[in-house]
Amino acid sequence: MSVYYEGIIILACVNLLAVLGLSLLTGFTGSFCFGQAGFMAVGAYVATLMTMKLHTPFAVSLLGGMLAGGLISIPLGYPTLKLKGDYFAIATLGFAEAIRLLIENLEKITGGSRGIPSIPTRTSLPIILVVTIVAIIMVRSYISSRHGRNCVAVREDEIAAQAIAIDTFRYKQISFVINGLLAGLSGAFLAHYVGFIQPSMFGIQKSTELIVMVIFGGMNSVTGAIVAAAVLTGLPELLRAAAAWRLVAYGAAVVFIMVIRPQGLLGTWELSWKNIQRLWQGIKSIGSHTNKAKA
Amino acid sequence: MILQQIINGISIGAVYALIAVGYSLVYSVLNFSNFAHGEILMIGSYIGFYALTKLGMPFWAAIALSVIGAGLVAVALEKIGYRPLRLRLAPSLYFMISAMGLSIFLQNFTIVTIGPNFRTYPDIFSTTPIEIFGLNIGRLDLIIFAITAISLVLLTWFIYKSKFGNAIRAASYNMRVASLMGINPDLIVSIVFMLAGATAGIGGILFGMKYTVYPWMGVLTIKAFIAAVVGGLGSLPGAVLGAFVLGITETFTAAYISSAFRDLFSFALMILIIVIRPGGLLGVVATEKA
Repeated sequence: MSVYYEGIIILACVNLLAVLGLSLLTGFTGSFCFGQAGFMAVGAYVATLMTMKLHTPFAVSLLGGMLAGGLISIPLGYPTLKLKGDYFAIATLGFAEAIRLLIENLEKITGGSRGIPSIPTRTSLPIILVVTIVAIIMVRSYISSRHGRNCVAVREDEIAAQAIAIDTFRYKQISFVINGLLAGLSGAFLAHYVGFIQPSMFGIQKSTELIVMVIFGGMNSVTGAIVAAAVLTGLPELLRAAAAWRLVAYGAAVVFIMVIRPQGLLGTWELSWKNIQRLWQGIKSIGSHTNKAKA
Repeated sequence: MILQQIINGISIGAVYALIAVGYSLVYSVLNFSNFAHGEILMIGSYIGFYALTKLGMPFWAAIALSVIGAGLVAVALEKIGYRPLRLRLAPSLYFMISAMGLSIFLQNFTIVTIGPNFRTYPDIFSTTPIEIFGLNIGRLDLIIFAITAISLVLLTWFIYKSKFGNAIRAASYNMRVASLMGINPDLIVSIVFMLAGATAGIGGILFGMKYTVYPWMGVLTIKAFIAAVVGGLGSLPGAVLGAFVLGITETFTAAYISSAFRDLFSFALMILIIVIRPGGLLGVVATEKA
């Protein structure tokens, strides 16, 4: 496989890890997170500094970046997740901006806005593929468990969820921490793939792109988020000429989806063996109908 | 020196107040934060810029054009992006996402069509400051303060004294009951967006004069949103109070600590207020109600 396509797949996996967390947090639990790039930045910088300054092995750096993303969500979520969603949305946006400003100003540690060059590139396709697949399986089994259903209840109606004794704050907090872990991991992989990080890589635009992927794929479907992450990472490569219009189209499409089809492209459909069989049955029955019509 | 900083803080707080009021107004009636408000401000700012430079309009006419233009854009956005959700009684999450979509669209559409350049307003007022009791006050700051004060007084009069204002206040308590009393919810929402858009239009011109005009200047209104949260989302006097608190905090941070950490302090202030007094300084506690 050429290096070019390998690169696109690796970047798709990087985005996918971050989108997976967002899908759980925003899609399934209903807390609108505006600042995913901030958590990625935390993971990326912590992992990079571990590799560069402490010379830790790759796996340890990855783990460090992941834990940093998860740990920083706890103090941020504690005051804001108890309140109405608007506060949480703006707090995450503020957090991401604050992280970017901190990185830019702590020049001695982070290299400021010029960033950190020549990070050893250790992210390879097999490693990130395996990690991504494991992450997908884990998130999907969490979502299909009792806890995942509680998350959906929190999204649908917080008051009703509380009334049937679901600790809504706890479930939001758990989703937020899982999201932080995945975003941190994604950032750590990104830093060790590109070999160079700077704060402008983790701006508002990155957060927006990630949340757009979740909305495109469907707030109720991990499969949808995966497909959207893959397509929206690959699409700009194909449409380089129309790059400027890409975000214009994204914006219009987001509004369109909210107005016409708020459940997203795939709705609640998940890729599973049972659903494939059902789909196959459906295709066969359509086929037999047309045959009858001909006869 | 401290007095000078307070004056600088009030001057920046005045612009925040005008924008924060727009956030609060929409929030009080529709119960969600219109994150596309910043882009309406950006459009208002561009209208003002072109009215002054290309059309050569006088200053007051540019303001009027920007107010009308931004107001109409705000109403149009409501009809496209929010009204269908309103009729479906969609959760506020969908409103926020729709607002984000509108904001991405407008921002990037401006970048593609007008271009990503920073544009500077022509100098309409003399830049030499006025000296009062040994304090330097910029003429522009004084004018900004005066325009903000006049707009806020007019807005307050409209909300508290006019018939439409009465209806808006009724709708902010309970939209459904208000509509049972013969108040047309669509009309009220349109008026609210018109008012919010109008304040954003004025805010856009003032921002443009104080700084520059560029497609992603809407991001600046995060500060105004913080001001609205600090003062209490949904409360108009709260938004104004919060804006001045934030403006003064900012200038003091920039003057005595570090200008690089100014924004960090604003966010910290917001988190602090949320922790101590979730309803903001003048608001009611904003937990979800059935």
